[in-house]
Amino acid sequence: MKHIEIITKKSLTKNHEIGCGECQASCQSACKTSCTVGNQACAKEEKINKTVKNED
Amino acid sequence: MVHTFRYTHNGKPLYFLWDIESGSLLNVDYVAFLCAKNKYAIDLTPDELSDYNALDDAIKSEVCGEIDELEQEGVLNAKPQITAFNKSYKYLKAMCLHICHDCNMRCEYCFAHDGTYDTARDYMSLEVGKKAIDLLLKECGIKKNLEVDFFGGEPLLNLDVVKGIVEYAKAEAEKVGKRFSFTMTTNCLLLNDDNIAWLNEEMDNVVLSIDGRKCVHDAVRKSPTGNPNYDVVLKNAIAFRKVRGDKKYYVRGTFTAKNLDFCKDILDLNDKGFDQISIEPVVLPEDHPLVIKEEHLKAIMDEYDNLAEHYIERRKGEKWFNFFHYMIDLDHGPCVNKRLTGCGAGTEYVAVSPLGDIYPCHQFVGEEEYLLGNVYDGISNDQMRARFAKNTVLAKEHCTDCPAKYYCGGGCAANAKNFAGKIEGQFEQACILTRKRLENSLAIAYLERN
Repeated sequence: MKHIEIITKKSLTKNHEIGCGECQASCQSACKTSCTVGNQACAKEEKINKTVKNED
Repeated sequence: MVHTFRYTHNGKPLYFLWDIESGSLLNVDYVAFLCAKNKYAIDLTPDELSDYNALDDAIKSEVCGEIDELEQEGVLNAKPQITAFNKSYKYLKAMCLHICHDCNMRCEYCFAHDGTYDTARDYMSLEVGKKAIDLLLKECGIKKNLEVDFFGGEPLLNLDVVKGIVEYAKAEAEKVGKRFSFTMTTNCLLLNDDNIAWLNEEMDNVVLSIDGRKCVHDAVRKSPTGNPNYDVVLKNAIAFRKVRGDKKYYVRGTFTAKNLDFCKDILDLNDKGFDQISIEPVVLPEDHPLVIKEEHLKAIMDEYDNLAEHYIERRKGEKWFNFFHYMIDLDHGPCVNKRLTGCGAGTEYVAVSPLGDIYPCHQFVGEEEYLLGNVYDGISNDQMRARFAKNTVLAKEHCTDCPAKYYCGGGCAANAKNFAGKIEGQFEQACILTRKRLENSLAIAYLERN
């Protein structure tokens, strides 16, 4: 496409299984007052904290 | 629904389309940005409208063709994939244990009111802690990975009980094939070589409270006598960091109306050697001198932009670090259950007071209306748990069109209760800041991929 570049496609539909419920409760991480979940990793594929740094 | 936003990197604007329901992220040129805003009835600024009206019809047609193609693929303007979700409240997964309602600090913004939660300065007994563990193991159902967070007040004031609970929990979990992960949140004042070694061995995550620069920290995080403590806290936090290696930890601070330039605090923490950093906006009643008000939001959002630029630059080199709210996994991330229900407060996540009373989360402790039960008799207030279970993203009208809805999980129930009067309500300030952080994290993810 000339005007549009796809960075990631349908990332949510890949994860539309209900899930195993094993991922960490977000308030156990680092916020305690403004929890979000987008920065949580799947317990089966935990990688956010680890990969980017190691891949460099 | 399609959300459009721009991010300025090195002085140059970048334009993005974010498909809310499918989670598709697109980088577009300015022409496509304008056409998308027009197509999806998103308000154009006067300058954008002028630019759009000046576009050649052939260009508009070309862009609309690309957008139509992506719509047909389900990449843009996708329909909601899930329209109903019943959160179970039958099983427990995580507990926040209030090891003591006492603290050796008197932070001016403390939501726990000097650690007491407006109750007595009670300390949890080992008996109560064991009963809490028993309840969690009894009520966890098929969940294998269980979580216990040692919180306060200051949990190091009652460390012997923490140690006893950890030893007991591990032994009991092994008998039934479960696993506990432990977290402690500490203000660092009592850290020493011995307890650092123990925490490093036993805690899966340790949250070290420090607010950034000395002047910022000492202005609000004081000892009971009013004395500053930054130098001790920093020394102890650095000592822990050196021992910690690659295991999970965070330095966690709070910014208030007095340090809207909080990027400096984050960079200062990074300069001191920390690479896992979380700085949170303070949440306070409207009449508090440190409260963040609507008039501060523009400066805060500009500061998030400022932080993002420093963040991108530092992550290229020796000063690489993670900022908690800029972490996003575009390809995986949490499952639907998590995205729709957030932290799980009141359902799979509860807090236990020092005397064994159970509340939906640490921020509800002491509020009798929200009492769920106690560790001796179990959870009896199913009506309240059911109310929390129903409080999903899908049930909240104000979440419907929000670009961040699958990334915040519907927001904090305690903040909603405090500012809108009910857990189903909205704390709009948090929504505004969450959307801003999401936009920046998406732009950062794009830039780091390129």
